[in-house]
Amino acid sequence: MVWQAHDYDDIPGTYVFDGQRAHSSYALNKLFYSFNTEACRKEFDADPAAYCDKFGLSPEHKQLVVEQDFLGILRAGTNIYYLAKFCVPRGVTVQDAGAAFQGISGDEFRETLLKKREGLEERLAQEGGYWNG
Amino acid sequence: MAKIIGGVTTSHIPAVGNAISDGVTQEHYWKRFFDGYQPVHAWLDEKKPDVIIVVYNDHGLNFFLDKAPTFAIGCADQYENADEGWGLKPTAPFTGDAQFSWHLAESLIEQEFDMCTCQEMLVDHGFVNPVRVLYGDHEHWPVKTIPLAVNTVQHPLPSAKRCFKLGQALKQAIESYPEDINVAVVGTGGMSHQLQGERAGIIDVDYDLACMDSVINDPAWFYNQSNAEIIEKAGTEGIETIMWLVMRGALGDKVNCLHKHYHAPISNTGAGVLLLEAADE
Repeated sequence: MVWQAHDYDDIPGTYVFDGQRAHSSYALNKLFYSFNTEACRKEFDADPAAYCDKFGLSPEHKQLVVEQDFLGILRAGTNIYYLAKFCVPRGVTVQDAGAAFQGISGDEFRETLLKKREGLEERLAQEGGYWNG
Repeated sequence: MAKIIGGVTTSHIPAVGNAISDGVTQEHYWKRFFDGYQPVHAWLDEKKPDVIIVVYNDHGLNFFLDKAPTFAIGCADQYENADEGWGLKPTAPFTGDAQFSWHLAESLIEQEFDMCTCQEMLVDHGFVNPVRVLYGDHEHWPVKTIPLAVNTVQHPLPSAKRCFKLGQALKQAIESYPEDINVAVVGTGGMSHQLQGERAGIIDVDYDLACMDSVINDPAWFYNQSNAEIIEKAGTEGIETIMWLVMRGALGDKVNCLHKHYHAPISNTGAGVLLLEAADE
């Protein structure tokens, strides 16, 4: 048995959520999916370790969840949209989670994004036909 | 017969919904982004489509990863929004058009697009925020809506070309419906962004603008790219821009662009708005 290689595997700093990752992180994603229901969120909060056991998490994955190691959870292959159901209510945004990959703060990450705004109107004017107020 | 009166593209990110809820759409960060919808609002007000078909991806509300349909269509009288895990207040339910939906499903499946038909379908921010940004918030929405979900989350995803061809089939499906209704198709998502990995935070303005131009004038340039090629430029989450091609395929060969607007950054993304009408053949 072998996981098929893909032409997206070589894109630097990029982890595509494909069968291999979806398979290895299935229980993690399922646990986070349950957080769509408030009663499940409360059950988790009352006893995180027991809740992990209920979803059959491996000891390694259970530790990541109990310790709220968001970067570790992502590195374990969890899908970002599912992690969001766990980290966002705990004050960690998706941007903060992305920043953690680069070892920078969420604010630094947002600063870098804001630089995309510089010269945008000029770029659009050069392209032509874009609305600009 | 039903008629396609136009197509719109829009972002669907959560932050857009939050900005509407928080009443900050005219604050500096948001103003240029939201103001860019004004011509679309005027067009919707004038044309008043009876039904909008919203092409979006679910992010783990209706579909879990246990079953990930490539293409799914709502076939219900009503669609409810729900808590996505963040405790946000759900919007008012959306009115569907079950008869029209079932016709679309039948026609698409006849045309070899094997849709997953959904008689219950919770709609998440990917669907809700486009409707909110186009119509504002309502207790009774002023338009009927049909959700058309594309899997852009769990690979393998459909190719960009497959999305375009779905749009072409959708055109035939819509135009073969016997009721005299006006329909608009909304392609949502994008544009370039990547949320995880060391490359998180990419926005490629040049690529986004090339995609917008392609969607208007030469969709083949966009749809002939592989998903890996698109991800390399637009990011793992930016791939969802392929859903715009469903809208574009539904409009026919040539279109008139009535409005185009681009802004970056909005949260992690480049955000593009297009308002297109089919050109006379």
